[in-house]
Amino acid sequence: MNSRHFLYVALVLAVVSALALAAQQSSTPATQPTKHSAAHKQAAQPQNEGERIFQQNCARCHNAPEGFSPRISGAILRHMRVRASLSQHDEEQLLRFFNP
Amino acid sequence: MFRTDLHLTRRPSAHTIGLFLFVLAAMAIAHHGSAQNTPLISGGVAFFSSTYAGSTSFYPIIEPLLAAPLGQHVLVESRAAFLEFYSPKGGNQSGYDHSHFIGLTYLQGDYVASRHFTIVAGDYLIPFNTYNDRLSPVWIGNFQDGPLIANLNFSSSGSGLGGMLRGNAIQRSKYSIDYNYYYSTRSANEQFSASRGSGGRACLYLPEQRLEVGFSYDRLLQRTHENFYGAHVWWEPKDTAFRLRSEFARGQHAQGYWVEADYRTKAFGGLDSPIGRIEPLFRMQQTFRLDTIASDGLPRVNTQRADFGLDYNLPHNTRILTSYARQFSASGNYNIWETGIVYRFLFPAWKGKQP
Repeated sequence: MNSRHFLYVALVLAVVSALALAAQQSSTPATQPTKHSAAHKQAAQPQNEGERIFQQNCARCHNAPEGFSPRISGAILRHMRVRASLSQHDEEQLLRFFNP
Repeated sequence: MFRTDLHLTRRPSAHTIGLFLFVLAAMAIAHHGSAQNTPLISGGVAFFSSTYAGSTSFYPIIEPLLAAPLGQHVLVESRAAFLEFYSPKGGNQSGYDHSHFIGLTYLQGDYVASRHFTIVAGDYLIPFNTYNDRLSPVWIGNFQDGPLIANLNFSSSGSGLGGMLRGNAIQRSKYSIDYNYYYSTRSANEQFSASRGSGGRACLYLPEQRLEVGFSYDRLLQRTHENFYGAHVWWEPKDTAFRLRSEFARGQHAQGYWVEADYRTKAFGGLDSPIGRIEPLFRMQQTFRLDTIASDGLPRVNTQRADFGLDYNLPHNTRILTSYARQFSASGNYNIWETGIVYRFLFPAWKGKQP
């Protein structure tokens, strides 16, 4: 198998992905948050500023952990602030999102 | 096959444990202020198996991460790796050879002046492209092993010793631009070995499209000076659990790319339903040797590889990772089977005040 074949595979993959995406967007999401955890909130539609910030920054790289102690929410936010260049405002909104 | 980001030959010293404990003690001494700022211990514990060309290896691994906020602007953070590796004995002997590795992945202090300006000092992960500083933790990566080009930058260890500036250069509702600039000094210290070099990364992010495009450049500033170039594209469409990530890197002697796609469906009860927890994956990668000097960790011959994965996201921060890959090169074509389970932990370093 040469490199050209691999490029064809990539092209096919991209087309299939786009079709799957279009099909996904045409259906109505059925997910509802059922528990108080960031992981479940991540699956739902954005409901507030903190959730939007979470999805646009933190969730780009990793899934949210399924709940954690509120005592470490400040440490998590400081860590994310460094990684994702968040503002003080973003940090406050995320803190509210983690501890409503 | 090893994860390419573990750097097993880099810091095989038990002093790492002492350093790790030192960081923990510093966190304890410095801990004061908000009840929500209790230092945390996070990380992943995993058990992986990999069958490469018919030879099966096993490696349990723990990657703990410590993070301690100090005051309003400072964060001290560190990550380490504790790994045992069991591989079949060669020469038609039965049984397994055993080796272990303990090493700091990074140890850095961060001063957050504003969203536009953060100063990082210490032993840091080099932000060349995205895999090294974003996706390399065992509890984040979709595949057990990193891409073939993961270490294609001026520091084959993946980390630098010195300083870094990072932040958000421009923030608008339609787009934002982030930057990193770093300088690393040369060090032969067992715990903090590093090469002299410098570089940077700039990323454009479009929040409505959830599209990120970035460019990386760094330069080795010792012995024969070499340039490294990188580019990445991430697309994670809004309101879907589809992710498309890709990187390209070019060094003095080799170049390569990888493209990875993963998807979870919400159509059968959401992401937390039994079906929604299934995560099919695909990754394709190629490396190309530009000359016969193999000083960069990439395969010595042109290599193509396709990975087909199926992960399952269990409750309680646990994931099962499985994949099959077929690798093609002039040195032979091989099947690679990988299975593993990863648990992510996250808890306060000690009992603190209730918020």
